[in-house]
Amino acid sequence: MGEGVDARFNSKLREAFGSTPFILTKFDKFMNWVRGSSMFMLQFGIACCSIEMMHTYAVKHDLDRFGAGVPRASPRQADVIIVPGTIVSKFAPRMKRVYDQMPEPKFVVGMGSCTISGGPFQEGYNVIKGAEEVIPVDIHVPGCPPRPEALVYGVAKLQERVANGETSPVTVKPYELEQFGDLDRDELVQHLASQIDEEDLVMRYNWAESP
Amino acid sequence: MSLEEPTPGSATEVGVTEQGLDYDAIESLLGDLVVGRESHVNAESFVVRPDRVAAALDRLKNRAGFDHLSCVTAQEYEDRFESIYHLKKYADPTHEVNLVVPTGRENPHSQSGNAVFRTADWHEREAYDLVGIEYDDHPDLRRILLPETWQGHPLRLDYDQEQPQVVAFREHANPLQQDQRDDDTDTMFVNIGPHHPATHGVLHLKTTLDGEQVADVDPDIGYLHRCEEQMCQQSTYRHQIMPYPDRWDYISAGILNEWAYARAAEDLADIDVPEYAQIIRTMSAELCRIASHMLAVGTFALDVYGDFTAIFMYATRDREIVQNILEDLTGQRLMFNYLRLGGVAWDLPDPREEFFEKTRDFLDDLPAKLEEYHDLITGNEIFQLRCVNTGVLEPDVAKSYGTTGPVARGSGIDYDLRRDDPYGYYPDLDWNVVVEDGCDNFARVLVRLREVEESAKIIEQCLDLLEDWPEDDREIQSNVPRTLKPENDREIYRAVEAAKGELGIYIRSDGTDKPARFKIRSPCFSNLQALPEMSEGEYVPDLVASLGSLDIVLGEVDR
Repeated sequence: MGEGVDARFNSKLREAFGSTPFILTKFDKFMNWVRGSSMFMLQFGIACCSIEMMHTYAVKHDLDRFGAGVPRASPRQADVIIVPGTIVSKFAPRMKRVYDQMPEPKFVVGMGSCTISGGPFQEGYNVIKGAEEVIPVDIHVPGCPPRPEALVYGVAKLQERVANGETSPVTVKPYELEQFGDLDRDELVQHLASQIDEEDLVMRYNWAESP
Repeated sequence: MSLEEPTPGSATEVGVTEQGLDYDAIESLLGDLVVGRESHVNAESFVVRPDRVAAALDRLKNRAGFDHLSCVTAQEYEDRFESIYHLKKYADPTHEVNLVVPTGRENPHSQSGNAVFRTADWHEREAYDLVGIEYDDHPDLRRILLPETWQGHPLRLDYDQEQPQVVAFREHANPLQQDQRDDDTDTMFVNIGPHHPATHGVLHLKTTLDGEQVADVDPDIGYLHRCEEQMCQQSTYRHQIMPYPDRWDYISAGILNEWAYARAAEDLADIDVPEYAQIIRTMSAELCRIASHMLAVGTFALDVYGDFTAIFMYATRDREIVQNILEDLTGQRLMFNYLRLGGVAWDLPDPREEFFEKTRDFLDDLPAKLEEYHDLITGNEIFQLRCVNTGVLEPDVAKSYGTTGPVARGSGIDYDLRRDDPYGYYPDLDWNVVVEDGCDNFARVLVRLREVEESAKIIEQCLDLLEDWPEDDREIQSNVPRTLKPENDREIYRAVEAAKGELGIYIRSDGTDKPARFKIRSPCFSNLQALPEMSEGEYVPDLVASLGSLDIVLGEVDR
């Protein structure tokens, strides 16, 4: 044991390390372990799933026990965004902005069927068919809504993957920004051509071709 | 008894008789405005010309006493567009009348009812957004649920859902990027939401601040518009629609919502519900109400104190207990899908004694817990400073906006559909309608806390009844045809008292097994509309408190 340390500091971990106060590991590995062990979650409520997400943070399930229970109201202080609910066309760009504001490295847990695929509302005229059209998702937690236990499992899995340096963002597909002039001149574009500046970037929700 | 002063002239309301309503008298009151008459399942309807809407509404409101515009439904037929104004009375919601306004297929125009009922403002904007009827004299006719750039009106018959939508980047440019200072004014524009912990979901408040005071607030909704009406219109009556109501007001008020659909569809298709099933429905609905009010109070405290610890945790602790009971009953924690047309999905769980014991334990503990809430919330000085005499909503303003539920009852309006338009097993039980006449944020919270007590009373009586119910008479569902096809062109508007207020459903059948038009009148939609009235001139934290006291759920506002 090191000198001057009282009994309270002589934990099991300390015993396992032996008498040396040094650990030898790769820096990357250490950083991954650190990241996985202290997840700062964005306080982000969209729909039904957010009620179960609140329960996950609250007394009975207590996500804090897993080192992932610091809900932050600002995206600048968070590194995990749980997307709990249906994303519709009006909200998608706002969610992307919130995601963009989070510092790197950042991780996404997609909670519930709507975030995965649009869920029960997939056939709606306004519903984005999954968060992955907008931001890359690391873990999907299925359910409508998933129980708090399921979300805890999903977050724990994410932590495990982050700690192993395994998590890799999925490529974001059809939601795209493009020059207005590059668009196919279909009926809608013809109609809008007079109103939109050709230099302007546009975002296109392609309902027919999204999965 | 109502706490309001009796308004002069209410005794001489046109058309009120001992038996109910005399529609001929109302027709003669409307006189030359009426061009036709229709029978809906809920009430008689008068057809008026599209340029005489305001006059007809005005006569019905001021001479016949129909002071509650519940809902405005717009729909498209093969040969015309139609807006229906569903009118009721706060004093007696069984007195109903509908105003039908047909307009031609080409370039549909109709006069706005906004001058008579403020609640028509948002409802007509929604009708414009989704169906595409234009309302003349409307102060602010723009899209409300869909983005401003949206092409087409999705609930039209010829709408192509596959067409892509294009949004220019400048539509999403950050409004805070540039310096917004204006030399002429001292006000500042601030966005609150759509990602903000105090907006209870994805609500966007465009606020204009004068120092710390709110000069103007414009709620911008539609960030959770999940096309619920369309989803219901493409589902069959019998089984496919029932899961959707759970997702309107998702704060575990599922059974209350399901009941709204069940009530409308059962009346539409003449289905009976066995008494035993009615008791189970009543009990489970009140359990949902408790769960919903618990979260309302918990998140309200979160707004006022910014406190993610004590009160919120107390509230979720108690909600967990209710959710466990409901999970035993229905098999799901949040989306119950428990009601069926003509009854409920299954009987109480086995062993029944365990279920009764569990529920009774919860009810026994409830008074002590409510004491705790009163200690923590209503007895707290900080809370009182933030809530007493802030967010004031006067009764006549509240009525004009068509607010219902705890918001209306907090403004002294004695209106509760469980008692005034009885359904389920409520008329046979002993309970009271909670009314507070404070008209402020504090009164609305008090109403919710006291309503929990009344719900507990109802559940207790239901438990007694269920416990003594003879074993061979436990009929949970009546005989319902395998495929429900209500007669062609039957129209109905029916409402129940959900946790947030009057949740109404309008259904028009077209002879098939799917509704031709399914319209949801959500209480939160009308309640939220009153927010600018409550918060202009107040401080920003009071705006947040007012918003919290309305207890909105965006799933229900946007549908």
